[in-house]
Amino acid sequence: MRLLLSISITLLRAKLKQSIVAAVGVTFSIAMFVTLLGFMNGLNDLLDGLILNRTPHVRLYNELKASPEQPIESWYDQGVGTDFPPTHHFVRSVKPKDELPRLRNGSAIMKALENDPRVLAVSPRLVAQVFFNVGTVDLNGQVNGIDVMQEVRYYQFSDYLVQGDPKDLASGNNTIVLGKGLADMMEAGIGETVQVTTATGERSILRVVGIYQSGIADYDKVQCYANIKNVQKLMSRPSSYYTDINVKMHDLLQAPAAAKEFAGRFGVDALDIQTANAQFETGSDVRSIISYAVGIVLLIVAGFGIYNILNMMIYEKLDAIAILKATGFSGSDVRRIFLLLSMIIGICGGIAGLLFGFALQTLIDNVPFVTAALPTVTTFPIDYNPKYYIIAVTFALLTTWVSGWFPARKASKVDPVEIIRGK
Amino acid sequence: MSTSGNILEVRNVSKSFHDPVTVPVLKGVSLEVKPGEFVSITGKSGCGKSTLLYILSTMDTDYEGDLVIDGESTHGLDGSRLAEIRNEKIGFVFQFHYLLTEFSVLKNVMLPGLKLGRSSAAEVEARAMELLRDLDMQDHALKGANQLSGGQKQRVAIARALINDPAIIMGDEPTGNLDSKNSAVVFDIFRKIASEHKRSLLVVTHDNDFAGRTDRNILMDDGRVVG
Repeated sequence: MRLLLSISITLLRAKLKQSIVAAVGVTFSIAMFVTLLGFMNGLNDLLDGLILNRTPHVRLYNELKASPEQPIESWYDQGVGTDFPPTHHFVRSVKPKDELPRLRNGSAIMKALENDPRVLAVSPRLVAQVFFNVGTVDLNGQVNGIDVMQEVRYYQFSDYLVQGDPKDLASGNNTIVLGKGLADMMEAGIGETVQVTTATGERSILRVVGIYQSGIADYDKVQCYANIKNVQKLMSRPSSYYTDINVKMHDLLQAPAAAKEFAGRFGVDALDIQTANAQFETGSDVRSIISYAVGIVLLIVAGFGIYNILNMMIYEKLDAIAILKATGFSGSDVRRIFLLLSMIIGICGGIAGLLFGFALQTLIDNVPFVTAALPTVTTFPIDYNPKYYIIAVTFALLTTWVSGWFPARKASKVDPVEIIRGK
Repeated sequence: MSTSGNILEVRNVSKSFHDPVTVPVLKGVSLEVKPGEFVSITGKSGCGKSTLLYILSTMDTDYEGDLVIDGESTHGLDGSRLAEIRNEKIGFVFQFHYLLTEFSVLKNVMLPGLKLGRSSAAEVEARAMELLRDLDMQDHALKGANQLSGGQKQRVAIARALINDPAIIMGDEPTGNLDSKNSAVVFDIFRKIASEHKRSLLVVTHDNDFAGRTDRNILMDDGRVVG
């Protein structure tokens, strides 16, 4: 095998220029493949993170619904109706029940969820509609009462806090973090106070300790955050009053099943992340498929390059092949020589491609990319996942092997008698 | 070793070309070569002498009849075993030099020896240098194969044919492309190989003068041995 390798290398060196052209084809396609996938997936992660980081895997809440059972239905369903096929009931008189939008028995649900092995984190939320009184104008707002440290830990809350410190929000009394749009409208900076009126008419003065920017402008014009205890106090509710419980699972993929189970077990509504954000998955998948397709097409083109050059080389080396066979090299030896030749081109081109791809990724990673929508991003995102390098190398070796195999087989079938006598 | 002690035995070999119509080229050829014997094959163009040589060389397997090389019948052997036989037992010298131009002279001589793998690379190299010295080519060992004259190339090809101590050396018009001076050099080398090294030689040639000075001449005509 070492002898065959040394013959391959000698043949390769005799055709160095063509071999380098073939290897450069592989280098180029590998570099593009790695860069493209790293960049695409960096963007995917960024865009997904925009929503997914902040979205609980399962959200438990209590939705105001039409009364599920109308009297006429229960009358028909009491057995009298066996003679009647199910019919459409036009009489619907019972209106939705007047009840608080809170989760009943919230503390018990929290405790049960915290003990569930599938659950990573549980955080309560109290969402309240409020008005901000600015001069004579009332601005609509929504205060999210949160467990601040829990949100920082599991939902990257501090990434989106463009000014201020989450600790001030967690520890202070009557503190609030305003959305960027809302703060701009009220011209309220850190340390200033804003006046808030709740839907039930209670007023209080809150001190601004931070500015929040999610990157979604409409959201930032309305949303504010405060410590859940302060919101409960603001609304004169007990400390077990939550409107939502956010659950983060260990495994994101378990969310749909868990949501269904929690809904049944606790008698609440539950929404899982996959249902809430189906479009993100689709978008990411399509982008990935496109980048893989482009990368693989590039590799196939490089494969054709190798195929061509090897074919040409074999045509020029018919004499050498005949002489090798005449002096005792078998057809499979000759095939191995040319396959090795192809693989050397593939491996050298592939390694250069990986290095070149890494350099390109680093370059892109350092290109400034500043947008108001993404406060935490300063340069283009790159995903340096080694997975893409491994895929690229595997495909490069596969294509060079396949594109080397056909010419190599042709070389192995060369009839030395025909070549030698043909002279 | 076969009981007959022949290096090469051919029994009743026939071959036809089928393109475009079937034309018989060899019609029941039988011959044998003894150890140390220097045999030439002559005949008119198209009499089938080269075709016969390539059958004997095991490179052409499309024939009827039996071929025994150094006691081993080649009938039904697969391509890689035939390649091994060529590597170990047969040395070739062609009309045109047929050196690998990518390799140095020394490496050209070494390649069949390295392929055989019976001795280490260093031993093969020493043996190759010795052969080149015998043929007065030692000064050209590290040159490229392209830098040699026709006669020099043929001497390198002879060294390559000898590297594995083959049982028989075959030549297809080995002097056909050389001037009379170089032809004489090559003949003398062949003569020496036969007498000093006790190798058998089987050479196809046009050159009646060359054939006349070998131990035995086989004359072929129209696919048959006639003398």
